[in-house]
Amino acid sequence: MIVYGYRLPGMSSLLLWGLLWEIVGRAGLTFFVPPLSEVVVTLFQVLGTAAFQKALFETAYAFVAGVAAAILIGIPVGILMGKSRLLDELLLPWVNVFLSAPLTALVPVLMVLFGFGMKAIIVTTTLFAIWIIILNARAGVRQINKSLVEMARSFGASPLNAFFKIYFWAALPEILGGVRIGIIRAVKGVIIGQLLISIVGFGALFELYSANFLMAHFWAVLIVLFALAFTISEFLAYLERRVSYYAAKR
Amino acid sequence: MSQIEKLIMQPDPAALESAVSVRHISKNYGPVEALRDLSLEFPRGQLTSLLGPSGCGKTTLLKIIAGLLEPTSGEIEVNGRKVTGPGPDRAFVFQDFALMPWANVIRNVGFGLEMRGVPTSEREAIAERYIRQVGLAGFEKSYPHELSGGMRQRVGLARALAVDAEVLLMDEPFSAVDEQTRRKFQEDLLGLVQNENKTFIFVTHSIEEAVYVSDQIAILLPRPSRVHEIIRPSSFRNKGVDNIRRDPEYLDIVDQIWASLRSYVE
Ligand SMILES: Nc1ncnc2c1ncn2[C@@H]1O[C@H](COP(=O)(O)OP(=O)(O)O)[C@@H](O)[C@H]1O
Ligand SMILES: [Mg+2]
Repeated sequence: MIVYGYRLPGMSSLLLWGLLWEIVGRAGLTFFVPPLSEVVVTLFQVLGTAAFQKALFETAYAFVAGVAAAILIGIPVGILMGKSRLLDELLLPWVNVFLSAPLTALVPVLMVLFGFGMKAIIVTTTLFAIWIIILNARAGVRQINKSLVEMARSFGASPLNAFFKIYFWAALPEILGGVRIGIIRAVKGVIIGQLLISIVGFGALFELYSANFLMAHFWAVLIVLFALAFTISEFLAYLERRVSYYAAKR
Repeated sequence: MSQIEKLIMQPDPAALESAVSVRHISKNYGPVEALRDLSLEFPRGQLTSLLGPSGCGKTTLLKIIAGLLEPTSGEIEVNGRKVTGPGPDRAFVFQDFALMPWANVIRNVGFGLEMRGVPTSEREAIAERYIRQVGLAGFEKSYPHELSGGMRQRVGLARALAVDAEVLLMDEPFSAVDEQTRRKFQEDLLGLVQNENKTFIFVTHSIEEAVYVSDQIAILLPRPSRVHEIIRPSSFRNKGVDNIRRDPEYLDIVDQIWASLRSYVE
């Protein structure tokens, strides 16, 4: 951003919004919005509490487990769908339905199926992430240069060799793109799961804060979550740019 | 010695042993009849061009010989053995290069050897040798997107040479490179045919290119494709690369082929 000829560092407009928040908070318009300064002070207090760290740990655990399941199942399924017409016809409608479905509505069912706890949250996370990973891996395999496949075949590549030396690498840029979007969705999944199953992680924490009208605490944790999600997304975008540098060149 | 020279200069098709025989090949793509009852012999150690207008089935025939496509009927023999799929006796050079963009030159060139289970160090030594032979020394660690079209096709050529197949199948290998590079390629190809003792099957739609590089030219006509005519240029092959293009026979053959093909060009 450039103001009066001065180049301001990225996101400096956030200062303006922070100032506005502070003013609204100090004006005491609503108990719902405490001043930003109070929120920030609370934030550093909250970070040290056992309750917060337990919530963070549980969330990280559910997130990592859910994302790992989504990746380990999603990529092979996507690649196989891209290669097999039959599998594609069987699965594609479901993948498309679930991709656009309001998965939040499924969480109560998952609670019944997997119990009122961690397992249901992990499954929710996986369900949020997996569909786009499948679709992208499938698209990656389908766009593969046909003569590259013929090349591998003409030099005597076995099906296994073709899979690991050609298909996987050729589809890698799309696969990584899918994993990135999948992980961003998984962040939503893990939080939504916890909010609905409000005895675990941040769900429990939010329940505690809102039941006691601790709005500063509430905002502090929210800011932490937003920052975490944003950092993860930016980090993945950075990785994707580095690994798939050749994608534009093929 | 003089006898051998004579044989090369005035080849008699009947006296030449075939490396590849195409027998009564037909190929249909659904309702499209691409090839009908096509038969052709490819003499060992020589370069045969498949020449014809676009869409007349040259690529189809080459891929059937490569074992990448199944013919609807008919059969292919390479060195007396029936072709049932791709094999180590044939190597393919692709029109669009078909290089792995994520792999550097040395891995691309060594790919065929990698598929045959040749250990890494041996594979890289062989690959390096062929990279040098096609004039790409110093580019071993480069990636395809860092190379020009002509250099990429040299990588494709080195990859095909590295597996030391007896038959080289080339599908319009020079059509995607610029004119100057193309001429250099054509000269290099003549040297390769002379030194490598391999059988080359070379697809092109350029009449001049076919006459310049070929020992034998099979002219294919479209819909459904068949061999219209086989031409064996004889006198200018050994006059040196610089003289071929002004040799009277070269010019005559170019004219003769154009006369055959012109009615098929709309
Ligand atoms: N996979 C395919 N499916 C249907 N038709 C095809 C296919 N490949 C080639 N053809 C048709 O077969 C004919 C010959 O094609 P091709 O062998 O590529 O010709 P050329 O290489 O001489 O240009 C063309 O008419 C083309 O449209
Ligand atoms: Mg073609």
